Amino acid sequence: MKLTIKSLLVGTTMLLMTTGGAMAESVWNRGANSDVQSLDPHKTSTVEEANILRDLFVGLVTEDSAGNTIPGAAESWTVSADGKVYTFKLRKDDVWSDGTAVTAADFVFAWRRLLDPKTGSEYASMGFPVLNAEEINGSKAKAEDLGAKAIDANMLEVTLKGPTPYFLEMLTHQAMYPVSKANIEKFGDDFVKAGNLVSNGAFTLVENVPNDHIKIVKNPKFFDAGNVKLDAVNYIPVEDRAAGIKRYQAGEIDSMNDMPTEQLADLKAKFGDQIHLTPELGTYYYIFKAQKAPWNNAELRNAISMVIDRDQLASKVWQNSMIPAYSLVPPGVKGYETRTTDYAEMPQLDREDAAKKVFDKLGISPEHPQKLELRYNTSENHKNTAVAIQEMLKPFGFDVTLVNTDGKTHYSYLEQHGDFDVARAGWIADFKDPVTFLNLGHTGDGNNYGEYSNKDYDALLDAAARESDPGKRMKELSDAEAILMKDLPVMPLLYYGNHNVVSPKLHGFVDNVMDKHPSRFVSKD
Amino acid sequence: MLRYVIRRLLTAIPTLFLIVTISFFLMHVAPGGPFNMEKGIPPEIKANIERVFHLDEPVWMQYLRYLNNLIHGDLGPSYILLNFSVAELFRVGLWVSAQIGAAALALSLVVGSALGVIAALRQNRVLDYVVVATATAGSTIPTFVIAPIIQLLFGLTWHMLPIGGWNDGAFLNKVGPVITLSLPQLATVARLMRGSMIESLHSDHINTARSLGLSDYAVVVRHAMRGALLPIISYAGPAAAGLITGSIIVETIFQIPGVGRYFIDAALNRDYTLVMGTVVMIAVFTIVFNLVVDLLYAVADPRVRYD
Repeated sequence: MKLTIKSLLVGTTMLLMTTGGAMAESVWNRGANSDVQSLDPHKTSTVEEANILRDLFVGLVTEDSAGNTIPGAAESWTVSADGKVYTFKLRKDDVWSDGTAVTAADFVFAWRRLLDPKTGSEYASMGFPVLNAEEINGSKAKAEDLGAKAIDANMLEVTLKGPTPYFLEMLTHQAMYPVSKANIEKFGDDFVKAGNLVSNGAFTLVENVPNDHIKIVKNPKFFDAGNVKLDAVNYIPVEDRAAGIKRYQAGEIDSMNDMPTEQLADLKAKFGDQIHLTPELGTYYYIFKAQKAPWNNAELRNAISMVIDRDQLASKVWQNSMIPAYSLVPPGVKGYETRTTDYAEMPQLDREDAAKKVFDKLGISPEHPQKLELRYNTSENHKNTAVAIQEMLKPFGFDVTLVNTDGKTHYSYLEQHGDFDVARAGWIADFKDPVTFLNLGHTGDGNNYGEYSNKDYDALLDAAARESDPGKRMKELSDAEAILMKDLPVMPLLYYGNHNVVSPKLHGFVDNVMDKHPSRFVSKD
Repeated sequence: MLRYVIRRLLTAIPTLFLIVTISFFLMHVAPGGPFNMEKGIPPEIKANIERVFHLDEPVWMQYLRYLNNLIHGDLGPSYILLNFSVAELFRVGLWVSAQIGAAALALSLVVGSALGVIAALRQNRVLDYVVVATATAGSTIPTFVIAPIIQLLFGLTWHMLPIGGWNDGAFLNKVGPVITLSLPQLATVARLMRGSMIESLHSDHINTARSLGLSDYAVVVRHAMRGALLPIISYAGPAAAGLITGSIIVETIFQIPGVGRYFIDAALNRDYTLVMGTVVMIAVFTIVFNLVVDLLYAVADPRVRYD
């Protein structure tokens, strides 16, 4: 009898424990760098928005836990021989969170909305590879002319302007997600509010308190809901990274996608392998005003580049949270050979000797200094980088003055082609293709702030844009980068790095160059 | 009294109008706009966005449009936090900031005044020196030092308080921000109160009261303190306006969703409507609290009358 009572007790306790475990919600408190500006896929631009929208919506293709492109709302697709026509077959089980089916017409509606000039979409250019898209956005064509047609509910035919080998990559961008026509017609611009938003991803939006948190919960209607392990994700903006790391330590948040890099050495000692430092597809660089004397001299630009000790910048200024860079396109794009400057492998002292000869030839010395105005936007690390470079250039006869302005002033100055000698900029890829970086040197490109122009370079990029053979195209792009690294109108300094701190309780968080971590593949103990 | 209040409120209208006008044009003098990003937007796309927000119009037309909307109670949409109108942002944030600010104000007035009175009554004795030294330290240590120390000690080391977050306004989440925000105010109130209390204790009417044989309690509380409160009231008005409209430092470090951050964030982001909204909000609070101060004078000092 005694034994029976004991076993009964043990049994009941175990039962309580298991039900308790099953009832406890699995919630990922996910620290974010900043609050979102918008959850409307057509009005977003930031990385934080991309992270949340990736959980809320699924495009035709999507990403796995390692950031690789995998089928999403489309289960399969075919591409015509000339690379211009894509036919997507949509999944039959893909439904909106209100239970209605996601159809090809939803994609056509969404893309027309993205491109409609009245939407005022910042990332409308994501749709520009589609036939007539750019014209529609520029009010030169009608929405109906868009090269995207719903053949039936489950077949979407997309005609492109030209072969675009990275088109599938672009489709993973949030600007290309579908939106529910019925939802937008019902609520207008308020469709993005919590309680209104209908989405087709692994999670649905339940709360959005500005500057506090965004709560999303598991969407039982999601086509792969069976494999989604988290019940909810709270996105928590952590603008003060030092306070954020304390919250992480106290268990208030489970992960953060940035950290106070000045404390990196201490943090590594304290948290060990919870600190994830991996290369990112982004480059931190300085721009020369390429048409202005004396900066129009490629030899001088290269000599300046040679005396800048990247190893020291990376280790002393950035505490190894960035990686020394000698190419504009960071390594990590499959099938692409990155081309570096000639002196990438040369020891720093030899570089300085070589540079000295160039400066001597040009008559630049501490006795006859060359003035150089360096502009950068407000940030402690940008300032420290600029000061370090100022010091590195000084012994060679450069009188560097630093001009600091806030971000908006800095970029509007560059955009309006204001006068400068050297200016700071950075570029983080929206999609995994070298062209996103290389366009920075194309004549007339809006982000070619130094107004560099080289016919051979442009010709190679233009040829690559027409090329349908992916291998040949990558070769052309790579050759173009070789020209850029010889001319050096943009001087790569560092590759950006991803810095995540991730709790050991989280599983399925896979480091990748795009720093994409869809919550649907993550679980928590 | 009512006539005085009405007259004061009416004179506030041209003041507000001037503030709005000057701020609007000053803001547009700053280079760049809300849509200048690290990644430049193609000019055609930028033109579309500017058209949507009427930023393609001449500044004077934007000004008239803003003024017209403002008169109709519409503060406009935020250009950066696109999912919310400025009014919605204030509705959420002001309630948060006001709770923290009001609690901090109450704490600093009550504790600060008490400390000031104690110091004045024990002038030039140990207790006085302790209060003066603490108050001086309190007003010199900046909030961005106090806040992380509170987080470190009460949060990480002793696990008494959460490090940050609002948690739907849970009591414990407010403790750190309230203490941080109130400490410098508390120190100032204590010093002010000490000074004016010493002065009041030496005034003629207190000597008269003492000579009439009134109890110490009656002399200190009913007579000396009443007169000594006037400088505190003058200080509390603008301080209240400042506290209730939030603090960017406290809100950022404790990660609470108040309105204090908008003043700086909006200016840096060139979020024009949010900048203007913040200016209007702070102006209104300042005007209202100054009026409240003037009315309180009449309560504290029988010589003041508004007829």
